Amino acid sequence: MRKFGTHRVSRRGLLGGAAAAGAVPVLHELIPHQALHGGTSPAAAAAVGHHAHAAHAGTDHLGAVGRVAASANGFDPTEILRDFDRGTLRDGVREWEIVAEDREIEVAPGVKYAAWTYNGRVPGPTLRAREGERLRVRFVNGSSHPHTMHFHGIHRDVMDGVPGIGAGNIQPGRSTTYEFDATPFGLHLYHCHSTPLAEHIAKGLYGAFVIDPADGRHDADELVMVMNGFDTNFDRANEVYAVNTVAFHYMNEPIRVKRGELVRIYLVNALEFDLLNSFHIHANFFDYFPTGTRLEPRDFTDTVIQGQGERGILELRFPYAGKYMFHAHVSEFAELGWMGFFEVED
Amino acid sequence: MEAAAARLKAHPWVPALLPVVILAAAIGLFVALDAPGLDRVGVPQEELAVERTVLRPGEIELHLRNDGADPVRIEQAVVNDGFAAFDQSDEEIGRLRSSDVTIRYPWIEGQAYEVMLITATGATIDHAIDAATESPDAGTGFYGLMALIGLYVGVIPVAIGMLWLPWVRTMSAHWMRFVLAFTVGLLGFLGIDALLEGTELAGQGAEALGGAALVWLGAVAAYLALAGVDGWLSRRQEHTAFLVALGIGLHNLGEGLAIGSAYAIGSLALGAALVVGFALHNTTEGLAIVAPVARSGSVRARTLVLLGLLAGAPAILGAWIGASFFNPSGAAFMLGIGAGAIAQVIVQIWRQMRRDGERGLSPNVAGGLLLGLFVMYATGLLVSV
Repeated sequence: MRKFGTHRVSRRGLLGGAAAAGAVPVLHELIPHQALHGGTSPAAAAAVGHHAHAAHAGTDHLGAVGRVAASANGFDPTEILRDFDRGTLRDGVREWEIVAEDREIEVAPGVKYAAWTYNGRVPGPTLRAREGERLRVRFVNGSSHPHTMHFHGIHRDVMDGVPGIGAGNIQPGRSTTYEFDATPFGLHLYHCHSTPLAEHIAKGLYGAFVIDPADGRHDADELVMVMNGFDTNFDRANEVYAVNTVAFHYMNEPIRVKRGELVRIYLVNALEFDLLNSFHIHANFFDYFPTGTRLEPRDFTDTVIQGQGERGILELRFPYAGKYMFHAHVSEFAELGWMGFFEVED
Repeated sequence: MEAAAARLKAHPWVPALLPVVILAAAIGLFVALDAPGLDRVGVPQEELAVERTVLRPGEIELHLRNDGADPVRIEQAVVNDGFAAFDQSDEEIGRLRSSDVTIRYPWIEGQAYEVMLITATGATIDHAIDAATESPDAGTGFYGLMALIGLYVGVIPVAIGMLWLPWVRTMSAHWMRFVLAFTVGLLGFLGIDALLEGTELAGQGAEALGGAALVWLGAVAAYLALAGVDGWLSRRQEHTAFLVALGIGLHNLGEGLAIGSAYAIGSLALGAALVVGFALHNTTEGLAIVAPVARSGSVRARTLVLLGLLAGAPAILGAWIGASFFNPSGAAFMLGIGAGAIAQVIVQIWRQMRRDGERGLSPNVAGGLLLGLFVMYATGLLVSV
């Protein structure tokens, strides 16, 4: 898939490669710098002026060229934000049916990715329960590869969704049911645990798993943000980064929130191949509850780092109306798709 | 009946055309039925070669050629790990077609950049820019500069080398054979160099255009063409000198191409050391031109000037081409032509030596050959700094 095409001419080792790397500085010493590029002083000055202008034009543009149509993907990152799937309560047991399916999704404008999904979306549905409830998840594998559902939480080994234990790998066309209690409260994660593990996760088989404390939390405008990335060329490094899958989505469609209202963000890092991810909010600070398992914030900050599989709850209020940026403070990720705006309205 | 038969007889080409017509019909039917019985196996193979890079303030332009079997759509451009805005001349690049992608990016003089183009399937095309510098405008100043470089590395050294003519004339037949063998050694080195260089370049161009086969095609074509020219020139006494000059000229065209294209992409600093190196390297080429004419009595000054220009001036042309519309596949083909021309020249000089009484490989001829190879190698080191 890869083709490396420099058209540098390597002539007797002079003009390229290691020899040139050594040679060029030496040659630079030999004759005045301006002569090297045939430029006169006024021309050079003009070039600098030109440059500054061009730089401005270049940085005015943030994000990718074009937009991803939600209709093509079958899911919309803006809807994913506030879409909590509480399943159905039957005889005191909370039940879901999750179907794994292969699906091509558009992760950046025009760039298609052959994803593996839970319920046709990446990230999978945000499953939400209350502490102490009995949970029953029927998992149907409609994909052409074996998969599992592995929940973070406290449960017996046979319900852990790993190959070789309990139901183990669920083959294509087969199904199983995972059953366990909702504990501890907090913000958790579920994902496929089939091998090769990194591949099964990176292709899109993950989702947020929210367990509310028995007494609930304060009312808030609640948002789910699953930080993810996509290795589109199979080199085990991500080419595209995002929150909720589509690069730069919230640049084009800012997240609308009310001024002064409590905003609670369920932040999950589902990124593969990179060790760390981060979240940074502009012009504001937030309370941070790591893993959401304590009701007292650990931190009051504007930037938080999460390792692979790490998650936490953020609570904040926007004191002023306006447009406020949020992005990974791993700036490289930001420019590769992981940035967006809040639009705060009165 | 007889009339029809007569018409057929009157058109001897009809039987020749019949298979062609049937072939065309068969192809038409095959395509119209979408290759019956043959299913496409495997995923699309997306391959793009970056043939040329042009840097303007705030802009990086890549000239791409589709090197694979399938059409390619460029959907996003990433420069140094950041998405960048871009325009392209063609939304979809068909097989062997080319397209220009212009990326808006505030690049900084002298820094290295990694450009990654993401296709619709998520495949990436990586392109490295080692040291960004503004591509020269094709104005008169630029052409003047390239002409000056060509003059320095091509014309002047060759002319200086030709000044050995009076000295070569005083030589005995024995030493003359040594000098001719020396010349063959020089040329042999240049020919091998051109083949290797061309093969390397061809690898950077679109493989679908022929790759290294282009180099050999060029070499064979030049060899045969010069054999024809030789037949036409053979009544003139300086014909070997002309062939040598032509062969060296084609070689210097390749040298100019390399310099010009490296200059255009900013990976070449035009330093004094470089010019001196090329000059020393090319001075020996002047000797190669005059050695064959040394024993042919008086040679007109005008002829010598012509020979010198034929050998040296193509460096100027090469620098222009290299810096303004360089294409690796085309350059590989030209290097092949240079190698083929040199091979023909070696054959010519060898014949002359045989006419002069050389049989087999005498020690002084073997010595001359070796010295020629060594001198080219040693002066070649000067230009690899």
